[in-house]
Amino acid sequence: MKYLEAIGKYFIMVWEVFKKPTKWPIMRSLILKEIDELIFGSMGIIIFISFFIGGVVTIQTALNLNSPFLPKSLIGFATRQSVILEFAPTFTSIIMAGKVGSYITSSIGTMRVTEQIDALEVMGVNSLNYLVFPKIIAMLMYPFAVAVAMFVGVFGGWIAAVFGGYAPSGEFIKGLQMDFDSFHVTYAFIKTFVFAFVIATLPSYHGFYMRGGALEVGKASTTSFVWTSVVIIILNYILTQLLLG
Amino acid sequence: MIIVENLHKSFGDSHILKGISTTFEQGKTNLVIGQSGSGKTVFLKCLLGLFEPEEGQICYNGQYYSELSISERRDLRQEMGMVFQGSALFDSMTVEGNVMFPLDMFTKQSRSEMQDRVDFVLKRVNLIDAHKKYPSEISGGMKKRVAIARAIVMNPKYLFCDEPNSGLDPKTAILIDNLIQEITQEYNITTVINTHDMNSVMEIGEKIIFLKNGYKEWEGTNKEIFKTDNKAVTDFVYSSELFKKVRQMYLEERN
Repeated sequence: MKYLEAIGKYFIMVWEVFKKPTKWPIMRSLILKEIDELIFGSMGIIIFISFFIGGVVTIQTALNLNSPFLPKSLIGFATRQSVILEFAPTFTSIIMAGKVGSYITSSIGTMRVTEQIDALEVMGVNSLNYLVFPKIIAMLMYPFAVAVAMFVGVFGGWIAAVFGGYAPSGEFIKGLQMDFDSFHVTYAFIKTFVFAFVIATLPSYHGFYMRGGALEVGKASTTSFVWTSVVIIILNYILTQLLLG
Repeated sequence: MIIVENLHKSFGDSHILKGISTTFEQGKTNLVIGQSGSGKTVFLKCLLGLFEPEEGQICYNGQYYSELSISERRDLRQEMGMVFQGSALFDSMTVEGNVMFPLDMFTKQSRSEMQDRVDFVLKRVNLIDAHKKYPSEISGGMKKRVAIARAIVMNPKYLFCDEPNSGLDPKTAILIDNLIQEITQEYNITTVINTHDMNSVMEIGEKIIFLKNGYKEWEGTNKEIFKTDNKAVTDFVYSSELFKKVRQMYLEERN
């Protein structure tokens, strides 16, 4: 019953976000600030993780394809498929749920406990629109970050394959180009848009409706990370079944 | 003027406000006092429209809040200024940005007009060289003054203050009290202050209501509070030896 109530409250919150918009010049600057904070501020960690994940996927694939009858190009093929289909969109989203999600929950939660949200409400500002809408719009740029993650992941795989001696460069690149289905990229970006919406709104919900003090802000950030990750994993399964199944 | 009629508010099973009726006059500093948990903050939030009462009416200069449409309520909110207990300044904005925020949000004034207004109100609260500082870089007393400046920048008809003196040293607390009273009289605002500070009660309480367990136990002025024999009020207001002596001296002087 508690969970049903929370789900209902979440959807009401999402509805409220799109009501009574904030003045455009103010909203524009908020959106730009959030793009800088949420997207560009996360690029470093996304690039770092993607590079090494790509490398690890390549090494593990190579170590499992030890039959002399299997072509080395399969290493490139498996790396590409793993990175584009799963690691770049889903793994990066889990990282973002931790980094961006905690930031969103703690910043909105701190505004709640220090009465800054009450101050907005008293002034007649739609606080949900003011705080959450720019984050949703900023997260529309998230597929750009995932595209970078795909590229860097595959590049990390190439480096690991070539410099680790697992596959020659030509074979790896041949594998990357093998049986390429462009819908797989579309599928990855559809997932990314859905995850972006979840990463922007679910942590906002946890921050906006929290009660208590500094300790509760910390707890809300943890809860928000757990639930955002759970929702991403479940949606990942549903979307994969719907789009590829 | 704000007229409150038979206000009731509950949260689940706990009945917080139990039929409060009173009048807050324009141009006067109206104080709401009472022990922690007496319902002061809930009462103030009902006045601000942040909580919807289950029963009773609040009338702002002849307009009943419950009869207003959503857009009329929004317009009314823009006539209200609020000074929160912790100041509630936006951390991400400078002092100037905080004060300019309501103007930027709700008016079509040019940048220079807004800047002039911000300079004027900051000067009014005696903050001249803090424009570019962030809330984390200024003292508690300065934060309160910025909060007052933000609350009055839109020329409000109603000013609400939730424990404006909490956490301040006695000298700064008196400065803040005097500032609120001067602004109230200067702009003819209806001001309602929630306070625990007995100095404020004695100094600026032109009208005082005392809440106890959600009921209005007593109301009067800062002169009448010396003479009252209501035990709940005297137990609360004269709980310290100092105030007992002040009262004794006041009564002896009058006799």
